[in-house]
Amino acid sequence: MSRKSVNFTIKEINSDLAQFRDLNITIGSITRERWEEPMGPTPYPSLTTLRSWDQRLLSRYKPFYMPFCDLCCLCTYGKCDLTGTKKGACGISMPAQQSRTVLIAACIGAATHISHSRDLLNHVIATSGRDCPINVGGTSVEVEAPITRLVCGVKPETLGDLEPVLDYCENQLTQLLAVTHTGQEGNHLDFESKVFHAGMIDHVGMEVADIAQVSALGFPKADPEAPLCDLGLGTVDTKKPVILVIGHNVPPATAIIDHLKETGLFPEVEVTGICCTALDVTRYSPRAKIVGPISWQLRYIRSGVPDVIVIDEQCVRTDTLTEAARIHAPLIATSEKNCLGLPDMTDETVDAIVAGFVSGKVTGALILDPEKVGEVAVATAMAVAPKRKKHSVLPTKHQLGEWAKKCTQCMLCRRACPNDLPIAQAIRLAASGNLSGLDELYDDCLGCGRCESACKQKIPIHSLIVAAADKKTREETYCLRSGRGAIQDLEIRKVGGPIVLGEIPGIVAFVGCANYPKGSREVAEMCMEFARRRYIVCTSGCSAMSAGMYRDEEGKTAYERYSGAFEAGGIVNVGSCVANSHIAGAAIKIASIFAKRPLRGNYEEIADYVYNRVGAVGVAWGAMSQKAASIAAGFWRLGIPVVVGPHGTKYRRMLLGRADKDADWFVYDARTGEKVYGGPVPEHLFFAAETKEEAMVMVAKLTMRPNDTSRGRANKLANYIDLHKRLVGGIPQDVYRLVRTHADIPLTMKDECLLHLSGHDWKESPIPDPTLLPRMVHQKRGD
Amino acid sequence: MPMTDSWQTAEIPGPKKASLIIKPDIADALISRAKRPIMIVGHGIIEYEVEGKPLIDCLIALSRKAKIPVVVSASTNKEFLSRGFEPAAIMSAVEISSRLTDPEWKGLDGKESYDLAIFVGLPYSMQWTILSGLKHFAPGVKTMTFDCVYHPNASWSFPNSTIKDWAANLKGIVENLED
Repeated sequence: MSRKSVNFTIKEINSDLAQFRDLNITIGSITRERWEEPMGPTPYPSLTTLRSWDQRLLSRYKPFYMPFCDLCCLCTYGKCDLTGTKKGACGISMPAQQSRTVLIAACIGAATHISHSRDLLNHVIATSGRDCPINVGGTSVEVEAPITRLVCGVKPETLGDLEPVLDYCENQLTQLLAVTHTGQEGNHLDFESKVFHAGMIDHVGMEVADIAQVSALGFPKADPEAPLCDLGLGTVDTKKPVILVIGHNVPPATAIIDHLKETGLFPEVEVTGICCTALDVTRYSPRAKIVGPISWQLRYIRSGVPDVIVIDEQCVRTDTLTEAARIHAPLIATSEKNCLGLPDMTDETVDAIVAGFVSGKVTGALILDPEKVGEVAVATAMAVAPKRKKHSVLPTKHQLGEWAKKCTQCMLCRRACPNDLPIAQAIRLAASGNLSGLDELYDDCLGCGRCESACKQKIPIHSLIVAAADKKTREETYCLRSGRGAIQDLEIRKVGGPIVLGEIPGIVAFVGCANYPKGSREVAEMCMEFARRRYIVCTSGCSAMSAGMYRDEEGKTAYERYSGAFEAGGIVNVGSCVANSHIAGAAIKIASIFAKRPLRGNYEEIADYVYNRVGAVGVAWGAMSQKAASIAAGFWRLGIPVVVGPHGTKYRRMLLGRADKDADWFVYDARTGEKVYGGPVPEHLFFAAETKEEAMVMVAKLTMRPNDTSRGRANKLANYIDLHKRLVGGIPQDVYRLVRTHADIPLTMKDECLLHLSGHDWKESPIPDPTLLPRMVHQKRGD
Repeated sequence: MPMTDSWQTAEIPGPKKASLIIKPDIADALISRAKRPIMIVGHGIIEYEVEGKPLIDCLIALSRKAKIPVVVSASTNKEFLSRGFEPAAIMSAVEISSRLTDPEWKGLDGKESYDLAIFVGLPYSMQWTILSGLKHFAPGVKTMTFDCVYHPNASWSFPNSTIKDWAANLKGIVENLED
């Protein structure tokens, strides 16, 4: 497919109707299309095209709103108190206001990915050409862009083909943001439908970004054996000049690698990263090192190890310039979206910029040319490193004690801490020379620094925590499998049947940010537990890093212990945030490749298939950002549930099913057209768990689908019951709702299950061929 | 510290804020007046003691004395079972709270809606947001918190208290209740 505008001029035409002279006609575009699949019903859906599908989901999963603020302050009518049934001056109700806020968050998230995608696409088109073929896995991946094909109904073949896809995303995003203006949408369920739309558009944007960079930058192409790379503070060779890259948009970081290779300096310089740029730079060169997730920014900068800091966009601490200055490390900003008030030195010579940095006259610069960033960063690191001598602002043990003695125990630090950590108690211990309390805090600390801002004594509390955990930081030596990108079509063919039939109990994707309630380790433990149980485990973003930051009893990390293949018991790191699209893409490909459902512009049918048959669950244990909100929304529209940690309630609403309301769980049996009870599966679409244990049990439950075969349901039930018994205690109280026939009962749990069923007036019920779409009745296509 | 500031400093809700439980009699009166109370217990209770005894024992005593069914979240169930106490249900905090906003829901036993929900032991911000949901969307349910910190979104909350004062209050609540 490619897009060309068509212009033609008719000098003169005479007909019975009229005469035309110099008639100029422009047709926006034509498509050169080599995809023979007939177009489905919903290519390039508008805001309301999929509204009825959304309403079906929302009638089951009703929003439970938890306002984070009782007021609306978005216009000059306000502030308006919306408590209870009060209305704002514009007439808006609290449910509508909450869903409106969720939509704003989803729009911010989607805009961020789509903007990132546009910048990246422009960059790779500039470097590789518009005709550069899309190649995300060679012959192993024929369905190269499942989300784009599904949503837009087009099959992109070149980088240029992705431009109109992004045009569509940008158009829809403008429409969606307009919805949130005062006096537009007023119904909370319509807002929610538009949240789903924002999520779907977000997934298209993410897919475009990742397939563009995989195609043009030579990242691993659907490679289950993508290389292992170093992860952790302790892996950095601090004797060398060190460059730190932070953010999400990788071209400046790849330019650094290119320049190091061109100059032969790579062995002499460490390239380290935080957040998704780190993940993507290791996809470009596995010699680069990942320091850690987003929450590692302050601790790593303050350690003084980085000699130059290069930031691009998204999830970069907005005080990075200040922090960099404290350790005398020059900062280079590289994105128009994140200029930090710095002088634009893009047109200066490399030598002039480096000289400014080395002299200390310039502490930061905006450079909007990635290649120049590469040259400047390397030259600056080499020149500055000997002068800086890894200048750290972390206190010595003696200084730490002196700081601790200034504490008045006012508790403002704890009251500012998102995790309510016992900071004041730890500082009291430290004042007496015992650092164990601070050392313990390190594991659960989010690295936000709010404790310091709150402290009236100006104690650098975060630095105290990091300094006390000095030994731990040096021992952070882990590894991570570089992001492999897409899932191969062959892998889908192999696991499609076992997933749909339930022999593989589910796909569990650990995605998103690092706003964890109890540190990274919980993510690693959950990943390894589900891999041990032969689920397919996917990881991405900061969660992919956390998954690797733990060693089991044999000293192995998750990525060393388990394969990187999309198979039962695999732990599959797809890559950075935008690579989340491959996880949704895999679910879509199960419907299209394994079940042979038409893909092209056929959203409802594919989502209906995924929802009823593919036992996938997302876990965003530390979800923090607006991007996490839009990513989750894209999964919701596909019918894939998402579990978040306790901080996730701050997204203001859950989407919860009611297992106790049988009427909510009827589906059409595609064989007969009858409406039949399909059971409360998956029970929720968006759920916040209080603890890791609660999350794990819920994840096991949420992999169940109405279409599960008895063998599959028995397998899923066995995992659910076993996890419940081990982590919660006793057999789950709702097993009777999940067992449809005697054959569903796990063999090894037969007696206890029968005893449980006998107490609940349980009767067998048929297993339907489930669909929520009346039009799918009698249209089964041989899955 | 101020008694009626949100424990998490920045979590300021809006005009409607919780009334204070400054002495046990207030809580006892609210519990006694309630027709259908329920208690929702999170995993945070494990770390607290009331005058030398685990908080969980105090909550069990309260449940037994006032006949308040207890809903526990996943991680807390084992602690109750190990004390020979069978919770009325194991449900997540968001699930039970969502049901409390449904005026047609007849409770765990299918008999009648609850009119008082007592929360204790959830992570502060999670309990804060859940109580906000109930404040706005469960007009028939009064909420009360038994944590040692102020929860502005509840109907009734302890103030930010020292552990000693809070424990004395909680002990008093249980002792004063009529068997």
